[in-house]
Amino acid sequence: MKQEIELRINGQTYEVEAQPWRTLLEVLRDQLNLTGTKQSCGEGHCGACTVIVDGQAVNSCLMLAFEAQGKDILTIEGLSEGGQLHPIQEAFVTHGAVQCGFCSPGMIIAAKAFLDQNPDPSEAEIRKAISGHLCRCTGYVQIIEAIRAAAEKMGTR
Amino acid sequence: MNEHETLEVIGKPYPKKDARIKVTGECPFGGDIQVPGMLHGKMLRSPHAHARILSIDTSKAEKLKGVRAVVTGKDFPGILYGNFMHTRDYLPLAIDRVRYMGEEVAAVAADDEDTAWEALNLIDVEYEPLPAVFHHEEAMKEGAPLIYDDKPGNISCRSVWEFGDIEKGFSESYLIKEDTYRTQPIKHGMLETHTCIGFWDANDKITLESCKQSPYVVWRQLAMGLGVPPHNVRMKQTFVGAGNSGGKQEAMPMDFASVMLSRKTGRPVKIVHTMKEVLTIGHMRHPFKIDLKIGVDKEGIIKAVDCYAIADGGAHTSIGQLSIYLLGAFFMAAYKIPNVRYQGYRIYTNKSWPGALRGHCAPQSRFAFEGLLDDIANELGLDHFEIRKRNAITPGYEGPNGFKITSCGFKEALDKAKEVSGWDKKKGKLPKYRGIGLGAAGFATGANIMGMSACSALLKVQEDATVALQSGATDVGQGCDTVLPMIVAEVLGIEPDDVSFALVDSDYTPIDGGTWGSRVTFYAGNAVKVAALDARKQLAQVAAEILKAKEDDLVFKKKKVFLRGNSDKSIELDRLIRHCQNRKGMTIMGRGYYNAPAEIPDHITGKGNFTPTYSFYVQVCEVEVDPETGQVEILNMWTAHDGGREINPMLVRGQLLGAALMHQGQALFEGLIRDDKGRTLNPSFLDYKMATSMDIPARQEFYSMEMPDPEGPFGAKEAGEGSGTPTLAAIANALYDAVGVRFTELPIIPEKIYRAMNKKG
Repeated sequence: MKQEIELRINGQTYEVEAQPWRTLLEVLRDQLNLTGTKQSCGEGHCGACTVIVDGQAVNSCLMLAFEAQGKDILTIEGLSEGGQLHPIQEAFVTHGAVQCGFCSPGMIIAAKAFLDQNPDPSEAEIRKAISGHLCRCTGYVQIIEAIRAAAEKMGTR
Repeated sequence: MNEHETLEVIGKPYPKKDARIKVTGECPFGGDIQVPGMLHGKMLRSPHAHARILSIDTSKAEKLKGVRAVVTGKDFPGILYGNFMHTRDYLPLAIDRVRYMGEEVAAVAADDEDTAWEALNLIDVEYEPLPAVFHHEEAMKEGAPLIYDDKPGNISCRSVWEFGDIEKGFSESYLIKEDTYRTQPIKHGMLETHTCIGFWDANDKITLESCKQSPYVVWRQLAMGLGVPPHNVRMKQTFVGAGNSGGKQEAMPMDFASVMLSRKTGRPVKIVHTMKEVLTIGHMRHPFKIDLKIGVDKEGIIKAVDCYAIADGGAHTSIGQLSIYLLGAFFMAAYKIPNVRYQGYRIYTNKSWPGALRGHCAPQSRFAFEGLLDDIANELGLDHFEIRKRNAITPGYEGPNGFKITSCGFKEALDKAKEVSGWDKKKGKLPKYRGIGLGAAGFATGANIMGMSACSALLKVQEDATVALQSGATDVGQGCDTVLPMIVAEVLGIEPDDVSFALVDSDYTPIDGGTWGSRVTFYAGNAVKVAALDARKQLAQVAAEILKAKEDDLVFKKKKVFLRGNSDKSIELDRLIRHCQNRKGMTIMGRGYYNAPAEIPDHITGKGNFTPTYSFYVQVCEVEVDPETGQVEILNMWTAHDGGREINPMLVRGQLLGAALMHQGQALFEGLIRDDKGRTLNPSFLDYKMATSMDIPARQEFYSMEMPDPEGPFGAKEAGEGSGTPTLAAIANALYDAVGVRFTELPIIPEKIYRAMNKKG
């Protein structure tokens, strides 16, 4: 039943054998041990499992691993470079945007996809961009502030 | 003492210590952990709300390829476990009776999750359905089906008390008003579902690794339900993907199942709840029906309060004895009430059950009280701030129930909220469909509720002038992993980054009461401070010899120890530590413990001081209602609070924001829905709606009174959780101002508002 697939994740190629019904999230977490991407609701309502596929933020629990073949996948593990946090990650740390941290990887990845398309967003645009992501700890405000600060920093780089 | 000098660390917005590993995804939550040989477990749940279990046949499931073990309730010793001794009604797995749809009756361990799910379908359980009851008012009636044979009237627990003389109080009242308020159940809504890995080894050492926010409570409950001495149990805490109390506070059937499946297989067994399971099973906020009566004199001074409250208690009690007390107790923590009667009953029904949840019954209590108080003020023609100020608790006040108020900036917070909200310019002067309202609350800084309520800390001072801190405290995102190291850093003159923070492991870390009731900064913070002072004293003795100075004249700052007023006479801290270790053989270990000077209140008779110090919140909300749709927009939210000195203002702000938004959801749309057969109708985030980034108020501001508490570590007390306690009231009161309708039932959804406006015309 298992079939071989090839996935390009964070610039590296992985060959895995998976059943055709496995989601990208299952393959990332259970087969490749890329557990930075979190599973919460498993139904596409919370955003915790968000990864970037060909530049688009997607819920990896709603995408079959097979569908992701031949595409560029970015997970939270691929965001920092050479031990340096990405400016979005850094801003999440310094702005108190992380409490329990379970939503953080998905939220940060969503922010990355969003800022790549909208380098200078308004607060209202940021709110909308993360509206598919649940966070029960923070009340979202410090997350929005972190994304705004990251945008400014990335803009001046 | 550094405390009397300039604070170097306390009061600064240090980023949360674990934030860096959380933003990279490195931080291992329970679900991320794989152990060699690990099996996957799943729970079989009752399809009946109330039934007798006649037989369970697991043979077919056991024969399925890949299934390694099946357990049922009979694998356990049949000991009830739980919290208060008189309310223990949990079993690890049901044995002969199920009491709600979703109750765990068996569990399977298999090579993979799919096989475990499949095996559940092969377990044959023969049930004999029993008459069930789903509404707390029905369940109290004579002749209602009994959910526990030994609990007449289906009363799970009660809290009934009277202080002063309410008849006299009401007879002296100029105005008496009463109303009935109803609140709904909401879920904790943490994103990390309950997760555990159990391992029962050949030495009969039972290890549970799990995302528990009060690991020592779980440690004790596991030992209780398994019938083994606590030292046989090792509870290891993983990082916690939020808790807000509930199942992360207690041992759950999944925890027992994982260790028993491990015993049968000799292999570790991991169980992860799905979100559907989390939303279907127990632990949620208590839904209440609150009949409240308040009498005041002509000046609006409260003379008497009478309340009859019943909570829909579902199938189990959890921590409900405390909950049912707290609804009444939180009437007593804001205003001076000389005469009071409270009759609270928690009633069993055949439904998933409530327990503790962020704010623990204070939001419901304030929703009723603040609404009725506004109605009274309106009738007396009194300003809403004025009536609160006239009745506000003041420092040194002792309530008739034994509450002892120490530091208290309630009046200051009232003044601040009134000023910053522009109340005088807005109240009664806003355009149609706009409204402004306020809610106020007093909240608790932990409590000595039962058994062990103390905190302890151990710290190991290392030769590079760093500290390995072990406390029994658990970070659930609130920030004690940072705040406790900040306290150590302040005392020893080092940086928070120089202090590591250990996850709880019951074999190694000191014992602790747990993370609940906003207790950690105060209780664990004091214990940690004592431990740091202990280490400093040992270091100071040696430094005094080297520097030929008196210990009391030494200052620890910037990784140096120097003579006060003469910083040239100094020694580097790391050199001092090495001198102690290498020359004197002194390894420096600090030890501290702390319990608050509060009584253990009697939750049944209501007598006693609940918490060592109270915090106070005043929240003003400005809303706009769309008359076409009944939709509510929160335009402004101002919160003034007395939470002592903020040890880390950035983390406090995060808590304030989060708690308030969660309760905004409860006020306006959120809620668990069960049908008349006890079935949960919205066990998915598709239908169970929590506040998103689109719901946050257009503007929100927080003002700390910055009044240090005399008992708290560096002046800290409860700060954060309480910001949700006045929110239901503030929003409902603002809606009254906007549309002239008193909403007494939550959530106040647009349909309700629209209909009420139309009815009013």
